[in-house]
Amino acid sequence: MAEVTMRVWRGDASGGDFETYTLEQNEGEVVLDVIHRIQATDAPDLACRWNCKAGKCGSCSAEVNGKPRLMCMTRMDTLPKGPVTVTPMKAFPIIRDLVTDVSFNYVQAAKVPALMPPPMPEGGYRMFQEDVERGQEFRKCIECFMCQDVCHVIRDHEENKEHYAGPRFFIRYAELEMHPLDQNDRRDLIRQDMGLGYCNITKCCTEVCPEHIKITDNAIIPLKERVVDAHYDPVAWLGRKIRRKPKRSAADAAVQPAP
Amino acid sequence: MTALESSTKVQLGGTRGGPDEPTLRKDRWWIQPVVTVAILTAFVIYSTWAAFQNKYYYVGSLVHRDLISPFYSPCIGGSCVPGAKFAFAVNAWTLSPALLILIFPLGFRLTCYYYRRSYYRAFWWSPPSCSVADAHGSYSGETRFPLLMQNLHRYFFYAGLVFNVLLTYDAVLAFRQPGLGWGVTVGTIVLTVNATLLWLYSLSCHACRHLCGGQVKSFKAHPIRYKFWKFVTPLNAKHMNFAWASLVFVALTDVYVRLVASGAISDYKLF
Repeated sequence: MAEVTMRVWRGDASGGDFETYTLEQNEGEVVLDVIHRIQATDAPDLACRWNCKAGKCGSCSAEVNGKPRLMCMTRMDTLPKGPVTVTPMKAFPIIRDLVTDVSFNYVQAAKVPALMPPPMPEGGYRMFQEDVERGQEFRKCIECFMCQDVCHVIRDHEENKEHYAGPRFFIRYAELEMHPLDQNDRRDLIRQDMGLGYCNITKCCTEVCPEHIKITDNAIIPLKERVVDAHYDPVAWLGRKIRRKPKRSAADAAVQPAP
Repeated sequence: MTALESSTKVQLGGTRGGPDEPTLRKDRWWIQPVVTVAILTAFVIYSTWAAFQNKYYYVGSLVHRDLISPFYSPCIGGSCVPGAKFAFAVNAWTLSPALLILIFPLGFRLTCYYYRRSYYRAFWWSPPSCSVADAHGSYSGETRFPLLMQNLHRYFFYAGLVFNVLLTYDAVLAFRQPGLGWGVTVGTIVLTVNATLLWLYSLSCHACRHLCGGQVKSFKAHPIRYKFWKFVTPLNAKHMNFAWASLVFVALTDVYVRLVASGAISDYKLF
């Protein structure tokens, strides 16, 4: 019977190391199945976060052979031969074993200014299909936070967490900025306080997204172009002056957090 | 501190899990940066050499052809050879005319979102590949000079469109064979393919997509711009392919014109 060797990170904030487990190889298993078998046999105290086992809850994010993956969607037979390394997400503080503290993301979520629609017209709000479809892609996000984990801006530079929202929230900002009913202008906020300029579009967030959201092409770059419209385009600036169109400031947007 | 302020305060400095190693990846992640460095370095060396040559960039009526290298078009320097000179010329400029114009295509590619991704990874190692450690101790991204200048991309895009029009004009003129009439040669096909690839590269550009319609909040309210956006969006998905194809082909076009102009080969007439 073929065997599989798993090198799993065990430890907490005080330190840790790899533990090696050798198990029987079962056909069709995913990494999460093997982790569960380790819990059931060798290490009942092995901590790991999971829920749906269907790639829809975003709970079982970890790093498999050094790459952020959903453990429940990573088939063992797709991995190269040899020991399989499983470690917690590197960008976030460890709680225990494969479980990390992802509260950074909830802090960033709380900073997102909410949708600001105009007063309800008679008959209610109406959105057309082409506008609905544009934002629909961003709604597929399952908040696995692997895009945040792989983003080198915070993965390799902890200090940037204070002024960088990260790819998951750039798609939220993009969705709001592209919403036809939204009257808020978050461009100053995104540039000044959410650190859009820190992103150097290396597209790792897009590569790891389990929902295949084109984070860079459809959210981050369009946001960067909107910031260019507001700050680096003299033609757009002249157009605003001629039309006397006021530009909202970061402070205006920031006073309207999500409920 | 209010409840809102406390809920939006980032806690820094928690202990991270996993070993303190640059990467745990086992695949050959280094291949992509190596290939990128090889191609871009080869292109920079060749284009710099070609730009300083200041000869063999035009094939004229002596051999019944009208072919000009894209590195030298529009030829607006005072030293341009007869037949190649553009309607407008800076006669005081006696160095290679390529040095006057290459700054625009170079700027377009240098500030291109796709090339930025490639050279930040390959040359600057920031990061060299996904989940491989950044090679720098601190990082400010594109928030400061000089990388703040990447925001000028759309102006280079505009300049690139002008060059595309001129290179398309060159391709049309290439069908003209002075003294023989009109016909198709390998050279005309090379120049036409080159212009086509440059158009595809420009139209698939992210700035183009934004300016076509990406910047509007409501597609329903801007149906024409929505149509433009719908047209360029599939092209945008292939921007990487067009970026590499047009880069390699523009160099090959110069090589071809250079070989014909120097007499090393003759431009074969197809019909």
